[in-house]
Amino acid sequence: MDNIAGKKSALSWAVNIAVLALVALWVFPTVGLLVSSFRTGDQIASSGWWKSMLPTEQNLTLRTAGGDEAELIDGLYTVSGNLFAHEGIEQLDISAYGTSSRDVGAYAPGETVDMGDGEIIAVEADGDYVYTSEAEMSGRGQRVFVTAEVAPEFTLENYDNMLFDPNNIEGMSKAFFNTLTVSIPATIIPILVAAFAAYALAWMDFPGRALLIAAIVGLLVVPLQLALIPLLKLHNEIGIGKGYLGVWLAHTGFGLPLAIYILRNYMVGLPRDIIENAKVDGATDFQIFTKIILPLSFPALASFAIFQFLWTWNDLLVAIVFLIDSSGETTVMTKQIIELLGTRGGNWEILATAAFVSIAVPLVVFFAMQKYLVRGLLAGSVK
Amino acid sequence: MNPALQGLLTIVIGVGGCVAYFYFSNIVLDKVLFPPRGPNAGRNINRANMIRPWLFLLPALLALGLYLAYPVFETLRLSLTQRVRGGGYEFVGLANYQQMLREPKFWEGFSNNILWLIVVPAASTAFGLLAAQLTDRIKWGSIAKSLIFMPMAISFVGAAVIFKLIYDTRPAGQEQIGVLNAVWLGFDGGVGSFIWLRLVPGLLLLALAAGAGALAWSLIKPVLGREGRSPGVIFGALRILGAVLMAAVVFLMLRQTLAVFTAEFPYGQPQTWLTIPFWNNFFLMIVLIWIQTGFAMVLLSAALRGIPEETVEAAIVDGANPFQIFFKIKMPQIVGTIVVVWTTITIIVLKVFDIVFAMTNGQWETQVLANYMYDKLFRANDWGVGSAGAMVIMLMVTPILIWNVYNARKEMR
Repeated sequence: MDNIAGKKSALSWAVNIAVLALVALWVFPTVGLLVSSFRTGDQIASSGWWKSMLPTEQNLTLRTAGGDEAELIDGLYTVSGNLFAHEGIEQLDISAYGTSSRDVGAYAPGETVDMGDGEIIAVEADGDYVYTSEAEMSGRGQRVFVTAEVAPEFTLENYDNMLFDPNNIEGMSKAFFNTLTVSIPATIIPILVAAFAAYALAWMDFPGRALLIAAIVGLLVVPLQLALIPLLKLHNEIGIGKGYLGVWLAHTGFGLPLAIYILRNYMVGLPRDIIENAKVDGATDFQIFTKIILPLSFPALASFAIFQFLWTWNDLLVAIVFLIDSSGETTVMTKQIIELLGTRGGNWEILATAAFVSIAVPLVVFFAMQKYLVRGLLAGSVK
Repeated sequence: MNPALQGLLTIVIGVGGCVAYFYFSNIVLDKVLFPPRGPNAGRNINRANMIRPWLFLLPALLALGLYLAYPVFETLRLSLTQRVRGGGYEFVGLANYQQMLREPKFWEGFSNNILWLIVVPAASTAFGLLAAQLTDRIKWGSIAKSLIFMPMAISFVGAAVIFKLIYDTRPAGQEQIGVLNAVWLGFDGGVGSFIWLRLVPGLLLLALAAGAGALAWSLIKPVLGREGRSPGVIFGALRILGAVLMAAVVFLMLRQTLAVFTAEFPYGQPQTWLTIPFWNNFFLMIVLIWIQTGFAMVLLSAALRGIPEETVEAAIVDGANPFQIFFKIKMPQIVGTIVVVWTTITIIVLKVFDIVFAMTNGQWETQVLANYMYDKLFRANDWGVGSAGAMVIMLMVTPILIWNVYNARKEMR
């Protein structure tokens, strides 16, 4: 806005850099989890995820060929070949090697080393070696410690394991479908109920309307913690117990104030002429609602739907109170992650993958429908 | 039955039932009860139109009443009762509250909650305002915004896992895989360490103390001053209570500032961040700040864009610098939105449960009221004290509830 007066802000560079830093700070945690979910457990435990993008120096222990392959050349028992080929692993670029575990990076590649007792070894950067001995060699080959650059490596194994392995009782597939089963009906049903109520509150005149709107604004902030015990008691008394029906009803009830509030605020803003013309033409309220109001309110409906979907998908408290019984058959992803945090606290490949499976769907919804989410936020906060 | 099928069936029954209810109840009203025909046609139409709104409202009112209004009163009732052996309940007056007030864990949760209530809304709003102001001026602002906004879609539990990875600790000598410890081991006690570990946090704490002090002063001023209208007894008492709370916060902050400058830091040793008393609260708060900043940014960004350009132009013409423009021209015009953001985040903070539950479960002095209440209700199975804890949360929400209702009514007139 400083450019309005035709003056380019001197702060422009600083602003760009500040925003870059802020964005980096905000994205960094999530990226860490995402990257970790593509690494093996050993990789995660041995180096920070931020190092995984760059080639890393690793120490490998390799062996030359055994004594039975030695040939007698010029009076010396000699074995030669390639260290990597012997182990059957990909050839790497050796930056240093050693013959003792006490000093694994003692020599540069190409250097010829006298190991004492008449044994001499030379290792090239590509892993080719010549190892000679005056005495006859026996048994397994000589150990060689090499330091080499290892290219970044990522794997899909974690996802395969957590999602598609039917034998994995810690897997997320069941919890994933349970979460979906909770959130879809819990998103759709309150919308319809709220839409009718919002129409009545926006366009019908009746005594007590203002009081009702005020009550709904009040209910917006009632902590759902208060509702846990009374409703659990109620559900047990009327025979619903713990289960999907209970959690759907609970989510419907808890989502309604926001739904009514957002939808009413939106519907009030629709042009009065359309509704009055329709009335003059003899349309009933029911027709006006289904044929005019509902289609016109699509943006508000979408906003609330996204909110409710994110909320029910990410919910933990309502699910553990109203849904998950002792059998654990109906566990949802958030609960499953909590369990994994308890039992697999150090296994980050499992935790990161599990968490990302549960985060992925909301993230897709978020990026695809961000416009509606923002609109809903703007409409849904009490001004 | 397969749960997915059950879900589908529920959608069909729920949606179909709703539509059928609305459709047929309207038909019954128009055709059977008050048909717009015959000698009383006019009266019937009026009567039908008086009843119709309640037809539209009925399902919503039932659900709201049963799932939100009734539990408030039922919880109040439960908090005054106690389970008797062999089933049933007996009225015990305020005994549950007395028992709760004697528990150190309650006070730990309460004081932590106060800390959360001050830090999280303040930090989220400040970061959100900063992000909104900065991103509004650059070309790739919308991308930056959506990236900062992104954590909003992530569950508290998912965020807890994300930050547990950041706070991860490996024994000394091993490579650290948690970012925080990796950074921490970079500090060696030199000048850089002094700036980043003592000076910057010390100044931040002083700023917070100053903010709390200013708030305390603005709360107490109308009570002390004789000029202007008198605030009334209840408001006066509330103000004094608020001021005393704020003064306690100032004291706490000053003490911690001193600690920051005098404490010995264990340089070179990896830390288990979530077990350091007092500070671990902040490590938990960071998670919520990280999530809520996007929300604050979106609302404040819209408010900033709603500022009439003439006011800013006039300030530029008068020679105001960017900081003056921001603090003297823009801030006063978005103060309403700041209040909205602040109260909304305050409510979220009061309900915060998942983060603490997933990361520390209230150990190491990180208890908060919502988790305390959950512990009482579902682990200790003490419904009386648990309900009392819930009522404390409700009590803390009530001022915001009244404020919101008051504003909504004002807006409607």
